[in-house]
Amino acid sequence: MSGDASILPLVVRDLVYEVGGDRLIGPIDFELDGRGRTVVLGPNGAGKSVLLRLAHGLLEPTSGTLEWRTQDAARLRRRQAMVFDRAVLLRRSARANVEYALGLHGASRDERRARAEHALERTGLARIGARPARALSAGEQQRLALARAWALRPEVLFLDEPTASLDPAAARRVEELIVEIGASGTAIVMTTHDLGLARRIGDEVLFLHLGLLNERAPASEFFAAPRSPEAQAFQRGELTW
Amino acid sequence: MSELSQAFSTALTLLVGLDAGLFEIIGLSLRVSGTALLLAAVVGLPVGAALAVYRFRGRGVAVVALNALMGLPPVVVGLLVYLVLSREGPLASLGLLFTPSAMVIAQFVLITPIVAALSRQVVVDLWQEYEEQLCSLGATPGRVLPTLLWDGRHSLLTTVLAGFGRAVAEVGAVIIVGGNIAHVTRVMTTAIQLETRKGDLALALALGIVLLLLSLLINAGVALLARAAERRA
Repeated sequence: MSGDASILPLVVRDLVYEVGGDRLIGPIDFELDGRGRTVVLGPNGAGKSVLLRLAHGLLEPTSGTLEWRTQDAARLRRRQAMVFDRAVLLRRSARANVEYALGLHGASRDERRARAEHALERTGLARIGARPARALSAGEQQRLALARAWALRPEVLFLDEPTASLDPAAARRVEELIVEIGASGTAIVMTTHDLGLARRIGDEVLFLHLGLLNERAPASEFFAAPRSPEAQAFQRGELTW
Repeated sequence: MSELSQAFSTALTLLVGLDAGLFEIIGLSLRVSGTALLLAAVVGLPVGAALAVYRFRGRGVAVVALNALMGLPPVVVGLLVYLVLSREGPLASLGLLFTPSAMVIAQFVLITPIVAALSRQVVVDLWQEYEEQLCSLGATPGRVLPTLLWDGRHSLLTTVLAGFGRAVAEVGAVIIVGGNIAHVTRVMTTAIQLETRKGDLALALALGIVLLLLSLLINAGVALLARAAERRA
C-alpha cells in the first residue's frame, strides 16, 4: 500500500480555536506519537470534542499549528478516521455503509466487498449486514461506525465520546472493540468524561480544563496521583467551573 | 340541477366506456407533464443539492431567487416561452410553437424551480447531519452530491411528485404555447376550459374527475412513500 509511511507524529503548537471572539481552546501544545491509546479527559465544556475535530482537520485552528509528519492532505485524510458520539450512518444497508467508505478510499469492488465483510465479522455484525443501517440498535450502530472506520485501516482513529449514548452492555462491546482496534496497530485518541472508561482504556491521559491542557501523564500516574488541583477535584467528582 | 346530474352520468359513461377521445387527452397530459417532470428532475435535483452544499458568493441571493421562482404564475411562463418560440423569437427556427414540445418546455420552466427549491431544503437537512462524517471519510465535492441525492431519495421523490402535481394541473402556460389544438395539443386542463365554455359539461366533468383522482393518487403515493421512508430510515 502506498500509504504505509507513517503520518505520525502529530506536533501541536500554540493551538487556539475561537468562535466569535470566544476562546474555546488554547493555547495548547502537545505531541502525539501514536503509541497506544490516548484519552482526552475532562468535564463537559472543557473543549475535548473541539480538540479532536481540530486534530482530525474538521475545524480550522484560529491560530497555532498542527503538523503531521506528512504534508500530503489526501494521505492525511486516508490514514485517519473518526467515530462520533452518535454514529452518522448513511441511509443504506450496514454493509453498504462500510463499502461506501472503502469506495471513497479508492478500493476496488472486490476489495470493498471482502474488507467490508471482514470488518462486519470482526464487529459481530456479519449476520445483520443486509439490514438498513439506521434500523439497527444504538449499540449496533456505534459498532457499525467502528467497523466502517476499522475497514479503512487508519493509522489514527479519533473517537468522540463513543459510548456516551449507549447502555452499559452496548458500551462494553464498544469498549472491547476499541481495545481490539488499538491492538491491531491503530493509534486511538478518544475523548471521554467517563473516569472508569478512561482508567480501563487509557495508556496516556490528556486532561483538559476550560480549553487548556491541564495535565498530561501516563494513565497509571494520572490516576494514582494527579498533579493539578483541577485533576484531583475531577477525580473526586467535585470539579467546579 | 338535472343538467348537472345528467352531465355527471355522461361523464361516468365516458370514463367507464374508456372513451377514445377522453383517453387521448389524458394520455397527452401525462406524456407532456411526465416529460417535463423528468427534465425538471434531471436539472432541479442537482441544482437544489448544489445550492444546499456548496458555498459561493451570491448563494443567498440565488436561494431567494429560486424560492421566488416557485411562485411563477403559469400564464407568465406561457407568455415568456411563447415569446421565445414565436415567429419573431430567438428559437423560432425550431418550429416548436403549438406543439407538445412547447408545452413540455413551458411546464419544465414552471416546475424546475419548485423541484430545485424543495430538494434544496431536503438536502440542507441531510447535509447538516452528514457533513462532518463525509468530510472525515474524505468525500470529494464530486462525491458528496450523488451521495446526498441518493440518501435523500425518499423525501426527494415527494418533491418530484409535488412538481408533477403542479405541472399536470396548470392551464395558463400550456394553453398559450400549445394553443389547445384538438388531437395535437389538447390536454386535460385546456379541454376542461374549452368544454366548459362550450357548455359540454360532461366531458369537462369527466376530465375534472380524472384530474382529481390523479391528485388523490399522487398524494396517496406521497404518503405511502413517506411512511416507507420512515420505516427504512
